[in-house]
Amino acid sequence: MSSNMIIGQYVPGNSVIHHLDPRTKITIIFFFVLIVFFANSVMSYGLLTVFSLGSALSTRIPVKYLVKGLTPVWFLILFTFILHLFVTKEGTVLFSILTLDVYSGGLIQGLSLSLRFFLLILVTSLLTLTTTPIAITDAIEDMLGPLKKFRFPVHELALMMSISLRFIPTLMQETEKISKAQASRGVDFKTGPIKDRVKAIVPLLVPLFVSAFKRAEELAMAMEARGYQGGEGRSKLRKLQISRLDIYSFIVFGLVIFGLFLTRS
Amino acid sequence: MQHFIEFRNVSFRYREDHPWVLKNVSFHIGSNEWLAIIGHNGSGKSTIAKLMNGLLLPQTGEIFVDGMPVNENTIWDVRKTVGMVFQNPDNQFVGTTVRDDVAFGMENHGLPREVMLKRIEESLQAVGMSEYERHEPHRLSGGQKQRVAIASVLAVSPELIILDEATAMLDPRGRREIMETIREVQRKRSLSLITITHDLNEVTQADRVIVMNEGETWMEGVPRDIFAQKDALQDIGLDTPFVTKLAAELSGAGLAMQREPLNHQELLEDLWTLHSKM
Amino acid sequence: MDITFQDVSYIYQPNSPFEFRALEDISFHIPSGSFVAVIGHTGSGKSTLIQHLNGLVRPTNGEVIVGSHSMKAGEKTKDLKDLREKVGVVFQYPEHQLFEENVEKDIGFGPLNFGVKEEEIKRRTREAIQAVQLPEELLDRSPFDLSGGQMRRVAIAGVLAMSPDVLVLDEPTAGLDPRGQREIMEMFHRLHKEKRLTTVLVTHSMEDALRYADHVIILNHGKKFMEGQPKEVFVNEKELREVQLDVPEVIQFLNKLEQRLGKKVPYHGQTITQLAKELAAVVKGREAHE
Repeated sequence: MSSNMIIGQYVPGNSVIHHLDPRTKITIIFFFVLIVFFANSVMSYGLLTVFSLGSALSTRIPVKYLVKGLTPVWFLILFTFILHLFVTKEGTVLFSILTLDVYSGGLIQGLSLSLRFFLLILVTSLLTLTTTPIAITDAIEDMLGPLKKFRFPVHELALMMSISLRFIPTLMQETEKISKAQASRGVDFKTGPIKDRVKAIVPLLVPLFVSAFKRAEELAMAMEARGYQGGEGRSKLRKLQISRLDIYSFIVFGLVIFGLFLTRS
Repeated sequence: MQHFIEFRNVSFRYREDHPWVLKNVSFHIGSNEWLAIIGHNGSGKSTIAKLMNGLLLPQTGEIFVDGMPVNENTIWDVRKTVGMVFQNPDNQFVGTTVRDDVAFGMENHGLPREVMLKRIEESLQAVGMSEYERHEPHRLSGGQKQRVAIASVLAVSPELIILDEATAMLDPRGRREIMETIREVQRKRSLSLITITHDLNEVTQADRVIVMNEGETWMEGVPRDIFAQKDALQDIGLDTPFVTKLAAELSGAGLAMQREPLNHQELLEDLWTLHSKM
Repeated sequence: MDITFQDVSYIYQPNSPFEFRALEDISFHIPSGSFVAVIGHTGSGKSTLIQHLNGLVRPTNGEVIVGSHSMKAGEKTKDLKDLREKVGVVFQYPEHQLFEENVEKDIGFGPLNFGVKEEEIKRRTREAIQAVQLPEELLDRSPFDLSGGQMRRVAIAGVLAMSPDVLVLDEPTAGLDPRGQREIMEMFHRLHKEKRLTTVLVTHSMEDALRYADHVIILNHGKKFMEGQPKEVFVNEKELREVQLDVPEVIQFLNKLEQRLGKKVPYHGQTITQLAKELAAVVKGREAHE
């Protein structure tokens, strides 16, 4: 997997956004995703763009890193733009390329849709960029809390997520180890026809599964030995706390929403 | 001495059509005592550990922990009293960071957050891992992970800690770290300790030793008496420490040893005494 | 096969914030047929070093020569497959690599990848399972039904079946009980002599290095710290302690003896019985006549 891909990557930092309660971030992003679709004028788009870019810059994550990290997304944005540019046949014909006419409506549609798309991706990736996966897990557990009344296994889900997060690096190391061992026994993971390369996965996957099951079994026993008996009667060390920063953020975001409806045409 | 743990005629097998793993095992351990259990793989050592905190329950016989019989109704209390550190450092690390892992046991027992914060600090300090509080497990060495495991157990303030081959997967440095840590901890807090191990030099430091063979307690006694039975231990495929072997050879070479020396220090003292008499 | 390292350095993730020098200017020569122990604590570069032996990693600088194969920085290695067939690697906890439905197929997996003929694979599988002292009945069993010790042996058999000239062992006895450890090491020692292998053993056990190796390479922070015959290397207790390594217990004891009794009993590879005789003579004050 490309190490440039930033979606899902956490970048440690000390910015305001890094310090916000994960629930604040999730809530704001949720509503941002909704209001993006209400933008319909240059001003309203401008407002949202300023808000998004401002937030992104305030994280102090290098712009170069962000731009590079969104590489696969740039392609999709461009594709969205071109598709609308040629398919939408509204307004006046601006110019034509070969036999295809480009309408003014197409240009506007293309621009606004790809901008929306860009803003959505940017803002949602800010969540994972500035929040540790475990903090996101905590927030989800907390926000899903009310579902416990309906017997939805919120605690179990959160525990599962956090244990998966804990074991990802371990399993990565293990994958590397086993693939080296099998390469030493003559398995070729890198060259040869696709069919052979797919077959080469088996000696890697089987040991990985076997080991994952063994780990799970031992982990379950260790958890039991340490007194784990489900979510009932359990206390929690990790505590989410709304601070002044969170309140300010909600106010700023409230103003953005207000501004958006003022600037809509 | 008050018996902190007692096994009374305990037998265990995993399934009815399987052979007995433990056959009529009886022994006890006192408060503040350090008991070492040795025996080669498959001798039933680890099964004993798992019976002690109700991870397994015996088919016949009884087990008492601090006066409580171990059964389905008492296991949660028993597990508060008996802490356990397993062999594989990775497969017992539950938290995403060191402090989360130390908290895990306390969270299970529903301790209030303020107590947890205090005990995390104390127990990490006891194992010398304070500066790693926010570290993630994959950035720690095996020995460091095992020290965190000990801290996690300490945080629940148990009265007995079982190390079930807890040093087997570590390099010599990690092994030393763990043994120094655990000795320190045992000295400072009054704790009983059971170490299940293959490391003979570790065994010589225990108060008492049980040798397991084919599911039975084959020998029981203080380390000095156990290692005096050099030939008998070799018959069941167990080794003896270097010092024991050398002492036996020295007797053969005409040096009459007064006692069974357990470590370099003792052997050297004995040699010095003999030398000055010559 | 001769093995030569010439000024080998290896850097993980060069030119990134995670850059890490695992090996620095390592040079040594291992003549064909020798039994070499590589020692150093965790993180000293041992694993990186042995991964050079069958081309799992290529040097960032310098050259590695194994038999007729050469691996140079920046050059593509030719005949990698041939090299991997000749250099068998037993990784730490090798039983983790088992995956086939039965033991026979798993042992034969390596040879099959290297294009060995079916008849020959059959022959080698049987030879290998005998070499690791397991009964042939196990060949039809699933490797996952075996005990831990048996799985370890099956995995080792899988490497032996490649009939390598060089055998690389990365802590092959880790996690076994003392009896299992002794059996496995004796087995490798026997195979080393019978098949005239070149053996490279990575170990934390100074006792094993002393007993089996005829040459020792000590690594510290990616650099070669010391090299030589075990009995020459291990007498340097003070220097080795400085890099947090132990020396074999017998040498520790003899050094303490010198301090306590003021008598020097040199270590020259004597057995424990011999040693006791020498000690007895010293204690009785008759060493001058020996």
